[in-house]
Amino acid sequence: MGVFEFLIEYLPFIAQGSTVTLQLTLFSFALGFATAMPLVMANLFGILPFRLVSRSYVEVVRGTPLLVQLFLIYFGLPSIGVKFDAMTASILALGLNSAAYQAEIFRAAIKGIPESQFLAAESLGFTKLQTFRYVVLPQAVRIALPALVNEFVTLIKESALASIIGIVEITRRADYVAAYTFRAFEAYLAAAIIYFVLCYFFSYGARYIEKKTRIPGYKGG
Amino acid sequence: MSEDYILIMEDIVAGYEGHKVLNGVSIRVRRGERVVVMGPSGSGKSTLLKAAVLLVKPWSGRIVLDGEELTGKGVDIRRVRAKTGFVFQSYNLFPHMTVLDNIVLPQVIVKKVSREKAVEKARQVLREVGLEGVEHKYPLQLSGGQQQRVAIARALAMEPKIFFLDEPTSALDPELKEEVLNTLEKIAREGIAMLIVTHELDFAEDVADRIVFMENGVVVEEGDPHKVLYNPEKERTREFLRSIRRRRRAAQTLEK
Repeated sequence: MGVFEFLIEYLPFIAQGSTVTLQLTLFSFALGFATAMPLVMANLFGILPFRLVSRSYVEVVRGTPLLVQLFLIYFGLPSIGVKFDAMTASILALGLNSAAYQAEIFRAAIKGIPESQFLAAESLGFTKLQTFRYVVLPQAVRIALPALVNEFVTLIKESALASIIGIVEITRRADYVAAYTFRAFEAYLAAAIIYFVLCYFFSYGARYIEKKTRIPGYKGG
Repeated sequence: MSEDYILIMEDIVAGYEGHKVLNGVSIRVRRGERVVVMGPSGSGKSTLLKAAVLLVKPWSGRIVLDGEELTGKGVDIRRVRAKTGFVFQSYNLFPHMTVLDNIVLPQVIVKKVSREKAVEKARQVLREVGLEGVEHKYPLQLSGGQQQRVAIARALAMEPKIFFLDEPTSALDPELKEEVLNTLEKIAREGIAMLIVTHELDFAEDVADRIVFMENGVVVEEGDPHKVLYNPEKERTREFLRSIRRRRRAAQTLEK
């Protein structure tokens, strides 16, 4: 069987793992987003202890390997009586990891909003929360969008780590095919192709959304 | 007696991160009075305006705005700011909202006006500043002069008792300055108190009830516009006016 025939034969089987890969990615991304928001708020607007907690979280998470974080949650926590199934543990690890990166993305985006916007909102009598909700967030999301998509695509790829603790997603299915056929090169080539198509699809879709949400009249960007 | 004044600032000291800008400046604005503040850059004019609504927190001194002491404890500064209008040199419109939303949103979320009423008011103030038919455009699709007039409309819609204008025309080309100045002159006739920082001598003369000249964070000279502009007492004022007039002549020559 040539490479081409092999792909026709086994690619569909491996591609079925996309559903689980995307589930992992979507839930982790959402968890990351929900966790990043309070982290950013604490970092930028919180009192000192909150700022310290937020900054330490980001530093620690970014300074340790995702695989180690996954093992800590899946293999480590049970020893203190906290047990998660493999899917939950994967989403927790990926999501809490992504939170640190998303927090940094939003922090940079909010810092990118000119001081004059805050002044204008304040001068009109907005509360801090109103300023955040109506002035800062809508602009920050636009600034952050390219980096957020990048983070999403990164998560698609990093979700492959979940295969190590037994989640049957794309990479795990490729493992099976490799073991069954003894043709590791073709099996992982198939996995690579599927990941690439997924990532390309989301990057391209994001460029479309970016165009749609661009602030009218804005030059550059 | 203090009831006659919309704004009283006494011995204000303020600055940024250890750098002192206002050195105990005092200024009073009567209800409906229009005061123009002039002075070289770095003299503290802009900081004075910002300090009046605590956009810059004074280190010491006393501020009374519409009878309320802002420098006291437990003041709801947001409610006070809702009674004032602030127009910035760089317009500071919200770029992600339409012109209409820029004017409607503050009324709705700060003054709790219903959306219909706010829209009605927005259309009225846009007419007042001579901008009709741009409601659904975005700020960055407009010229600088139009943007500044939208900013004026946004502040007007809040029905302020005092207007703070921080060099409202200095970011604009000469031909666009005119439309903004005309708009401001029209509003000035409505009797809202104004504290204006500007270097436009003709505008100052037309609109001001009083001119205040500042330098190094204090008031150097103040009085009747005619007197301050044409026959100032202090040498420093005279020197400053000379430099402005020279610059204006140079600009006019270049235009020709």
